[in-house]
Amino acid sequence: MARMKFLCDAERCIECNGCVTACKNENEVPWGVNRRRVVTINDGVIGAEKSISVACMHCSDAPCMAVCPVDCFYKTADGVVLHDKDLCIGCGYCFYACPFGAPQFPQAGAFGLRGKMDKCTFCAGGPEVDKSEAEFKKYGRNRLAEGKLPACAEMCSTKALLGGDGDVIADIYRERVARRGSKGAEAWGWGSAYGQPPKGAQGAAPAGGKS
Amino acid sequence: MRRLLVVAAVVFAGGCMEVEQASSPAKQAGQTVKRDANPWSNEPLAMGPKWNKGDRTSWEEQIKKRQLEQHEHQRIYQ
Repeated sequence: MARMKFLCDAERCIECNGCVTACKNENEVPWGVNRRRVVTINDGVIGAEKSISVACMHCSDAPCMAVCPVDCFYKTADGVVLHDKDLCIGCGYCFYACPFGAPQFPQAGAFGLRGKMDKCTFCAGGPEVDKSEAEFKKYGRNRLAEGKLPACAEMCSTKALLGGDGDVIADIYRERVARRGSKGAEAWGWGSAYGQPPKGAQGAAPAGGKS
Repeated sequence: MRRLLVVAAVVFAGGCMEVEQASSPAKQAGQTVKRDANPWSNEPLAMGPKWNKGDRTSWEEQIKKRQLEQHEHQRIYQ
């Protein structure tokens, strides 16, 4: 059973921002909201400076889900963490809980008024009818329903960003690490996001469709 | 004395009228929101990847094939 994950290989990322642009374009993300962004780690340290592409990692035990006061998050059967914008109150708790700074809040008015939270959907849309206009407007394109992978990962020119079933992308990364002879510590965020097994049965879907 | 008894009776009776407040069950994260359809329950696009509508296994197989296109050691060097 597929459990969708992202893996960013810091050894390969060239900071081209192709993933950011692909995401912006594919989902028509509004100005000021960055579902995905490229950040520099060890900035200024000679020989240790790396770039990584960061977005929602769709954690196994997502902290945003745990802290949401209106419980607007849910996890799909393929392990994608999504949320319902009709329930979201824009409180920002998820932003504080997220280790990756994934939740974004559009400005919804004067005086810094926050809108409903927006984040990476793994190009899986949201709880509206699949591939509908409402889904696209609120959550962006549903590429998984088209049998495709997230635009950012598919667009990555150096394949630093891998997206898909955790087992498959872990195998790709393992072979890559073996070939280049590194220690494999370049998969930034992997441990934080997927280090702990999900609660209950692994990858089990509760009754009622998506889990 | 009688007045004092009346006041005391009203105070005690007031306690009887208190509405019982039971605590609600603890929130279970991820259980409130309505669910949407699974990706494999959609009709494949005419020009896009193909799977049997409603068949999770065939959807996963084609998505796995697509994932392996990210594996340049298999895709290019062999």
